Amino acid sequence: MSEELSREKFAFPVLGQRAPDFEAVTTQGTLRLSDFQGTWLILFSHPADFTPVCTTEFIAFSHIYDELKKRNVELLGLSVDSVSSHIAWVRNIEEKMGVKIPFPIIADLNKEVAMKYGMIHPEQSKTETVRCVFVIDPESKIRAMLYYPLTTGRNMQEILRLVDALQTSDKYKVATPANWKPGDPVVVPPPSTTEQAEERLKEGYECKDWYICMKKI
Amino acid sequence: MPCVSPDGKPTSSGITLLKSLKSKALSPEEIANETGQPLFRVRSGLRELMGVGFVEEEAGKYKLTKNGEAMLQ
Repeated sequence: MSEELSREKFAFPVLGQRAPDFEAVTTQGTLRLSDFQGTWLILFSHPADFTPVCTTEFIAFSHIYDELKKRNVELLGLSVDSVSSHIAWVRNIEEKMGVKIPFPIIADLNKEVAMKYGMIHPEQSKTETVRCVFVIDPESKIRAMLYYPLTTGRNMQEILRLVDALQTSDKYKVATPANWKPGDPVVVPPPSTTEQAEERLKEGYECKDWYICMKKI
Repeated sequence: MPCVSPDGKPTSSGITLLKSLKSKALSPEEIANETGQPLFRVRSGLRELMGVGFVEEEAGKYKLTKNGEAMLQ
């Protein structure tokens, strides 16, 4: 396989671009990306059904499901397992662990969606998807991406925090500093001219200097 | 949760969508509000119901076909 072909095969999406379209068989029927237009979507992949880390993640995703719904966010899982495997696994999770999985899961047996989203990382596994998270906004733009290796389960509080930060940035036209959480001060966009820089210090924000000013929202 | 079973009959989710259209044409958003189903599921369900001829779309609103009305009786 030439380097060019390889790059094409393992295409990676880019922040801000329109999320690649798909139509896929899921545990809740055939779904298209466009079905989620108007809501935020977290599309996430896991390596395989009936595996321990993935099971803990699915339980954890279920636990934040209601919080995500409050934020107008839908969840959509994906692995290269069959829909029958997904159904058996979610039934097993409910029967053995008492947790209902409320969101759909794509059965991406031919890896079509996985390839469009760069979910297969051959150095991790040539046959399984790594632990990806794509935060897609109501206009179907990719707003954030996380890639975790097979060994490491994701942190649900960070996923919620990420959604909160993106929605806050959109609503108030601000940025969020390191370790920001809802209620904390936000970053005022830095001035882009010397005139604005001089005025910034008089605008009543909490400023360390002209380029680092915070405000409460 | 497909809205049409393999034998071509609507499932309970499908019946819920059909009932919401019993007396008026609605947009997917209005159906989601009325039924409490997530919007993505309403859209995919309407697609399935259209595929088997129970529902038709006109200017973004969905309404029952004769077959859809018959199914509810």
